[in-house]
Amino acid sequence: MAKELFFIIIGSVFVNNFVFSRFLGQCPFLGVSSKTETAVGMGMATTFVLTMTAVAAYFIQNYILVPYGLADFLQIVSFILVIASLVQLVEMVILKISPALYNAFGIYLPLITTNCIVMGVALLIPQYNYNLIKSVTLGLGAGLGFTLALALMSGIREEMEFHDVPEALKGPAIVFITAGLLSMIFLGFSGLVPLG
Amino acid sequence: MQLLKDFLNGLWNENPIFRMVIGICSALAVTTAAKNGIAMGMALTFVLTCSSILVSILRNVIPSTVRIPCYIIVIATFTTVVDLFMKAYFPALYEVMGIFIPLIVVNCIVLARAEAFASKVGVARATADALGMGLGYTWAITLISMIREIMGSGTLFGYPVMGEGFTHWVIAILPPGAFIVMGILVGIMNMITRKTAKDTQCH
Repeated sequence: MAKELFFIIIGSVFVNNFVFSRFLGQCPFLGVSSKTETAVGMGMATTFVLTMTAVAAYFIQNYILVPYGLADFLQIVSFILVIASLVQLVEMVILKISPALYNAFGIYLPLITTNCIVMGVALLIPQYNYNLIKSVTLGLGAGLGFTLALALMSGIREEMEFHDVPEALKGPAIVFITAGLLSMIFLGFSGLVPLG
Repeated sequence: MQLLKDFLNGLWNENPIFRMVIGICSALAVTTAAKNGIAMGMALTFVLTCSSILVSILRNVIPSTVRIPCYIIVIATFTTVVDLFMKAYFPALYEVMGIFIPLIVVNCIVLARAEAFASKVGVARATADALGMGLGYTWAITLISMIREIMGSGTLFGYPVMGEGFTHWVIAILPPGAFIVMGILVGIMNMITRKTAKDTQCH
């Protein structure tokens, strides 16, 4: 069991990194990766929400949608509603418990609702037929992979400020090309863990 | 005239993929073959047009404090329609697209057009804008997928076009290829826009 969980983590952080090989969460990846500090903040907030979403998605799928035969046509609507309200709830709880943390996370939290990595993980859990512990691990792994990608990218972009980028490639274009090279590096991890 | 302007806006000036760079997850993920690009583009255009029309009709009914959840429900409903339709009639394509058809629900383009445009104007303008944005998205991702298919598999829409001795650039259909093709295309679009802007300044 522990071995399987380890494979899920390594698989989602390195081998099938959610940003570089599954293409989820591109919008924040481009939007908030210009400074390392904000990138790490965003990554941590997303990891937090992802882990909670994984739990919620597991229970909704297996205890509400499947028993009542609603999984085919209410899955998308119910998942997106749960994610939206979960993000709102997390925001309120953090504000109550720790205003300092709220100041650090606060501005990123509303953005997470439309981050497709959250919805992506929610949809993958029923597809893979994971149990509760595996689902949570997948959520955590996805979050860590996302944080790693953001941190790497923001470090490179901070460095790039001082270099002479061709005029037409400034802005998103050069970020895409850099991401392509990083993605090539992550290809090197393929075959590290057995599939499935 | 205004309608035509709204329609053309999405095709070039505010092209969601190349100019605004939003909603690109699906543009990178499914563009390994040209027919996937067209299918994804049509699916998104359908969801975008239907939800823009409905949001525009309901714009005076939806209270502004809960507008985002309302838009999300509208979008999620039409996404479910597309999801079930593709599953029933194009199972092979649906298999290739994986989770990216249901993920239209969190595609920034749809929510952005509902919030920024459809909720403020009448049905006719909202429809023109949605169709323009949808077609702008479709041609952009079809272009990306055609380039990737030609380089990576030597075919176009499944027909061989590169001749016998062509060595496949496998990297183009792997994830890194998506990023690099996208980056270069955005760069080229920037170059064209700057050139036309300069020309109009001179004259």
